[in-house]
Amino acid sequence: MNAVVKQLTGLRDWVDDRFPLVQLWNEHMGQYYAPKNFNFWYYFGVLSIVVLAIQIVTGIWLTMNYKPDANLAFASVEYIMRDVEFGWLIRYMHSTGASAFFIVIYLHMFRALLYGSYKKPRELIWVLGMFTYLALMAEAFLGYLLPWGQMSFWGAQVIISLFGAIPFIGDTLSLWIRGDFVVSDVTLNRFFSLHVIAMPLAIIGLVFLHIIALHEVGSNNPDGIEIKKTKGPDGIPLDGIPFHPYYSVKDTVGVIVFLILFAAVMFFAPEFGGWFLEANNFIPANPLVTPDHIVPLWYFTPFYAILRAVPDKLIGVLLMGASTSILFLLPWLDRSPVKSIRYRGPIFKSALALFIISFFALGYLGTQKPTVELTWMARGLTVIYFGFFVFMPLYTKIDSTKPVPDRLTSK
Amino acid sequence: MAEIMSDNAVDIDRRRFLTGTTVVIGGIGAAVAAVPFIASFQPSARAKAIGAPVEVDIGRLQPGQRITQKWRGKPVWIVRRTPAMIEALKKLDGELLRDPSSENSDQPAYATNAWRSTREEYLILVGLCTHLGCSPNFVPESGASGMGEAWVGGFFCPCHGSKFDLAGRVYGGYPAPTNMTVPPYRFVSDTRIIIGEDKEGAA
Repeated sequence: MNAVVKQLTGLRDWVDDRFPLVQLWNEHMGQYYAPKNFNFWYYFGVLSIVVLAIQIVTGIWLTMNYKPDANLAFASVEYIMRDVEFGWLIRYMHSTGASAFFIVIYLHMFRALLYGSYKKPRELIWVLGMFTYLALMAEAFLGYLLPWGQMSFWGAQVIISLFGAIPFIGDTLSLWIRGDFVVSDVTLNRFFSLHVIAMPLAIIGLVFLHIIALHEVGSNNPDGIEIKKTKGPDGIPLDGIPFHPYYSVKDTVGVIVFLILFAAVMFFAPEFGGWFLEANNFIPANPLVTPDHIVPLWYFTPFYAILRAVPDKLIGVLLMGASTSILFLLPWLDRSPVKSIRYRGPIFKSALALFIISFFALGYLGTQKPTVELTWMARGLTVIYFGFFVFMPLYTKIDSTKPVPDRLTSK
Repeated sequence: MAEIMSDNAVDIDRRRFLTGTTVVIGGIGAAVAAVPFIASFQPSARAKAIGAPVEVDIGRLQPGQRITQKWRGKPVWIVRRTPAMIEALKKLDGELLRDPSSENSDQPAYATNAWRSTREEYLILVGLCTHLGCSPNFVPESGASGMGEAWVGGFFCPCHGSKFDLAGRVYGGYPAPTNMTVPPYRFVSDTRIIIGEDKEGAA
């Protein structure tokens, strides 16, 4: 036994002389000191890594049988579902993973809103995360064309046409994106390339930068207190505990619970009542007929509702773009002296509640047929959605705050 | 040799000049190298070549009916309007429509009129909404459910709710900015039309 340990230690030292293995481990795991009061909301960072891994592995396997050709694509997906050994499982894993990705990312972002994780000194972590989120939206959109169903086709037609609203260069730009005068085989083939190579590389690179930036400044926590301000004589934050084993073990529990839920959806409700896989996408793409009721998948519907609410093409597209990009500015819009919602006043709490309500309500309206009444509701909710950001410098400044303790409050 | 060895002074200007020229030349090289990658996204020669006019037989099209023909990958509609539909169009002129006389819309000169076609009875349209390119639904009945009381028949885009009349003219207050596009076309005979080509030649 001792001899084996000695051999392994020798191997590690051999590697360590040539590659900073131990140093890397210590900086990011063994001696990365995270606040000791992480709660439920802190699962979603690691869960998004888990889903990313699921998407990459299942994506590689799907690519083995999928054909990026307008004449073959739809049938090749059915082939995967019916004839390929466990093809149905791998595809459902991938489609459930797409929705799961957005669920965990939205909860991850909500955590940042709750505890002010985007505030100084973590502005760059937030910005890098936002770029990852945009890359993820692009990845989801590109991938949604690949099954070449009715929703794939008309979804792509609509989103590419969004670029056509840009003055002067719009039409040329949307032609450039499609590579054809209509969404066609050319578009499908290039979306496939971007979906399986370009965007995954970008996402992995951004996630890497996101984590490096996080480990440079250190994690925020539910109290919004900088644990690095109070260090022991050994230079270690008094309220910090090493990520491994404390959080690696805690996260493992979270991952197991998540995988149970994930498997339940995958096995028993992979279409999730039309929310994860839309009924119209089981009809092959038909460039001559738009489905009666066309909606994007749920994770885009809040922004889609904003687009529809505006009775002007250019302004609608600009507002839809602004509804996601305004999040980039969050670190500079928030003027509150405290980070965490635990020490914020009633104005911020109400504003956040209204914002969440508007996000969900817009998301729901985005799935409904646009009647006159619903369109007016969407307009009101759009005002609330943007009001949360536009008035933030004002209301976070005048809002009352509670005194923030020096040390973390929980055990 | 000794003289060179002792010359340790750094010529900052020379170094800056060399760095600057390297950056500029390298930058130009990178920009030029990007051209094929960006240009490769444009429609290929094959994509450009598929665009021939199509001939359609409309002999069996009954009043009130619509047929759809694929032209350049897009749906083109041929609607045979009933006299009642034509009457309704005339009543619509005015405030309800965003561009009633098609001044800001895309159509050949011979279709720049209230019914937007050469013959009142036949409407030929590219069946795509000018908002974001969905294909609107054909809702010809006046007063159809869910379309509002003033509805006299037309097209309804399911994607973002834009409404058009039976001449493809857009209603105000909806996202679509202009009337639907009329493609170039001509009647070969009373029952045959060519889409994509008119008296002035192929589009």
